[in-house]
Amino acid sequence: MDAESARPSRSGTDDEGFKRELVQLIPHLRAFARTLCGDPAAADDLAQDAMMKAWDARASFQMGTNMKAWTFMILRNQFYSEKRRSWRQSQLDQEAAERTLVAVDDPEAPVALDELRQGLAMLPAEQREALILVGAGGFAYEEAAEICDCAVGTVKSRVSRARRALHAILEDGSYDRDGASAGDAMRAILADAERLSTVR
Amino acid sequence: MSDDEDAIRGRPPRKRNAERMIENMPSPDPRKPSAALDEARLRQQAIGVRLRQMFDEVVNEDVPDEFLDILRRADSKTSEKG
Repeated sequence: MDAESARPSRSGTDDEGFKRELVQLIPHLRAFARTLCGDPAAADDLAQDAMMKAWDARASFQMGTNMKAWTFMILRNQFYSEKRRSWRQSQLDQEAAERTLVAVDDPEAPVALDELRQGLAMLPAEQREALILVGAGGFAYEEAAEICDCAVGTVKSRVSRARRALHAILEDGSYDRDGASAGDAMRAILADAERLSTVR
Repeated sequence: MSDDEDAIRGRPPRKRNAERMIENMPSPDPRKPSAALDEARLRQQAIGVRLRQMFDEVVNEDVPDEFLDILRRADSKTSEKG
């Protein structure tokens, strides 16, 4: 390799800046992937694929624009194209999600977190992802619409339907959980929210 | 005597009409008292807090070395290719 060919087409500082930003987004990509896949190992595979796709497409990214939304869109597209590849995938996802929901990673984790995961699993996928992007990922409706490739109004209505449905699910405890009576989930969530707000 | 006159003058009929109108104004929907609305809002907020916490829990996990290894390999490959 001679000195001439060693010069990258894109400037090295661009790549450095891109890489730095991308590295900072990895934790967020992992979290988003986890909500889509359920299974942590599959989620990390997805997040890695998305990260590499973003890296390979870095020339098409305009520095200074919202890289978080851009990478989330890549991850989401990757997820759904993989899903389309195999008709059994959705079934597997469901099974994986159920496994994850049943097995709490951290035994010290508050009960309500698990209840929330179960409630989320009962929502339609499009509502779940809209609620997660806006309610947990901190995206504006406009950004979420871009990520999900749909109209802003659609995101708004999905989020509000998801909120109502989740509230109802947690309120009457209509998820599968033996031993817990109706309303326990909501009570636990309220108690935790109160505890958190006093801590902060 | 004069007290009665004052009383009559001090209570113009218009005011009584106004009072009647206020009484006849529709009262807030008894099925949705504001306390219940506040309660519902509180619950939605609590769910929101939970949701963020669930997401942040993964965000705050240590990133497996694999991620950075893959990126480092890809980066060195591009700089070799030039």
